[in-house]
Amino acid sequence: MALLSVDRVSKRYAIYGSLVSRIGSWFGASVMPVSEFWANREISFDVAPGEALALIGQNGAGKSTLLKMITGTVRPSSGRVAAHGRVSAILELGVGFNLELTGRQNIFHAGGLMGHSQAELERLAPQIEDFAEVGEHFDQPVRTYSSGMMARLAFALATATRPDILIIDEVLSVGDSYFQHKSFDRVRAFKEAGTAIILVTHGLADVRALCDRVILLDKGAVLKDGPPDEVVDYYNALIAERENAKLTIEQRRTKGGWLHSRSGSYEIVTETLDLLDRESRQPVATATVGQKLALKIRATANEDVPRLVVGVMLRDRTGHVVWGTNTWHTGDHIVDVRAGGRVEVNVAFTCTLGPGSYGLAVALSASDTHLEKNYEWQDNAIVFDVVNADRPYFIGTSELDADFTITKDLD
Amino acid sequence: MFKSLWTFRHFIMSSIRADMRNRFARSRLGAMWFILHPLAQALIFSIVLAEVLGARLEGVEIEAAYPIYLLSGLAAWTLFSEILTRSVGIFIEQASVLKKITFPRLSLPIIVWGSAMVNHLLLLAAILVIFAVMFGQYPNAAWLAIPLGMALISMLAFGLGVFLGVLNVFSRDVAQVMTVVVQLWFWITPIVYPRSIVPEGYQAIIDLNPMVPLVTIYQDAMLYGAWPDPRALIVPATIGVVAVALSFVVFRRASADLVDAL
Repeated sequence: MALLSVDRVSKRYAIYGSLVSRIGSWFGASVMPVSEFWANREISFDVAPGEALALIGQNGAGKSTLLKMITGTVRPSSGRVAAHGRVSAILELGVGFNLELTGRQNIFHAGGLMGHSQAELERLAPQIEDFAEVGEHFDQPVRTYSSGMMARLAFALATATRPDILIIDEVLSVGDSYFQHKSFDRVRAFKEAGTAIILVTHGLADVRALCDRVILLDKGAVLKDGPPDEVVDYYNALIAERENAKLTIEQRRTKGGWLHSRSGSYEIVTETLDLLDRESRQPVATATVGQKLALKIRATANEDVPRLVVGVMLRDRTGHVVWGTNTWHTGDHIVDVRAGGRVEVNVAFTCTLGPGSYGLAVALSASDTHLEKNYEWQDNAIVFDVVNADRPYFIGTSELDADFTITKDLD
Repeated sequence: MFKSLWTFRHFIMSSIRADMRNRFARSRLGAMWFILHPLAQALIFSIVLAEVLGARLEGVEIEAAYPIYLLSGLAAWTLFSEILTRSVGIFIEQASVLKKITFPRLSLPIIVWGSAMVNHLLLLAAILVIFAVMFGQYPNAAWLAIPLGMALISMLAFGLGVFLGVLNVFSRDVAQVMTVVVQLWFWITPIVYPRSIVPEGYQAIIDLNPMVPLVTIYQDAMLYGAWPDPRALIVPATIGVVAVALSFVVFRRASADLVDAL
């Protein structure tokens, strides 16, 4: 059964000509608003216990309005939001805190505002104090807190008990990385214990690491709804499209479940793409740790290309970037490619990767970001496996060539 | 609605306490200001009006009659204007909380009312001290009528304040106009001057002003030791009840739109 069900929810913001016609509208008068704006249109989805859903999209896509409707501060103009169980929303850290009160007093003050009983807060206070790690500042007014301390206390309070539904708007990116990890772990633990999570974020790494499903919103409506890699790659391609009018996006899934996306304006396109053993020049589908490899990219120009930057990015199975760079950074400038001309780029590298499966993305663009002029961008254009044939067992995605020196019987 | 307010009573109480704390935070004299403020006000008005303009209260033998009259009227008026002006602005002031946390929104004006009441009680205590120490006047039985005044003033101010506070969210001019109106209202209410000096032609305005009988409760009790005239209170009590009822209706109707406009 779904913990949260959003059923054809729309939100209209109306602007009335005068205060009088606004008041008229409250009492049933049929006054037409001067203008209206639809922040969300016909959005439907269900979230099951233990499921994490991310909402992504550009500013103004309607993510925050949707979260507010799920939280209950904003009412939908039509449609229905049904939430079962306790909803906890972290739309902004520290909202509801009173600056003159101490950290401890704010636990009771802001905690009361969040609907906790005083007895419950009494019980939770030691645990909140522990998690927030603000030390002796806990008994000082929060106006003296740094923004990081404020964020820690606010997060500790907001997640003091496990809710059935947790709503988070862009707050996991605050604080230092230690606290980010700690808060992320708590969210993950909630998810494992059965909390349904709805997350709005711009940090696409969060999405890949936590979420089972992603909804891409655009102009208030659902543009794409699916597994994280598919929607995130689509979104990246979409951002590029905003800058490049003539762009097409293609997506297909390979046998191994890797998603291949290709987008661009295609003034120049890759013709062949090969991962080779550097000595034998034979194609490699499974590489061994430490093997010397070469990536051969051959591109053909359909039109004159004044400047070409070739980029390569390696990602692991979960979508985390292992390594990436381009010819702009390495200083290998390619200029004036004529229509019909061909360019070959050889990237020699050593497979210092851990065992597992990896995807290579290849980008052809006019500058060091693919936003300015994206000729062609391919995610997971080549997928290959790495096995550990002759090295001592290790875990992780990087072979660090570590050397242990043991000295016994120290005196 | 009232049940959910009850659930949030601790938040309401804590907010009122925090309001108090904010008032005295980083203030050297702290609570002393409660006595110093009304004292300074009485002093200023006494000098300007009684000494310079020669205003005198008729029929009272006490030497400090004017400051007592003034302070009692001011106490009543301060309660009214504090509830009213703060309620008008409270929804905008707390916009971020309203947008991000679900809680009974009516608790905001209730917090305003609560902290105004606490202020008022402290002010009355300060006035009591001033009257006793400086003028040798001690409270009489008629002071018992003051809680009635508090209740009636609260209803009128809360009702008007919430009603206008909701409208203010949609049109910010409401608060601006209110500031001017409250000032004018203060001067057409006999607080710094006695009613007797108002010319015959203007007495009708005073009869129409619902604040006059309410302020009079305080003045009568503190200066003359007299009980209020129940008949005079019918009109302001009715207006108060209507204002509270109207504000609740408008608040409920506007509720869906309220956060959208913030």
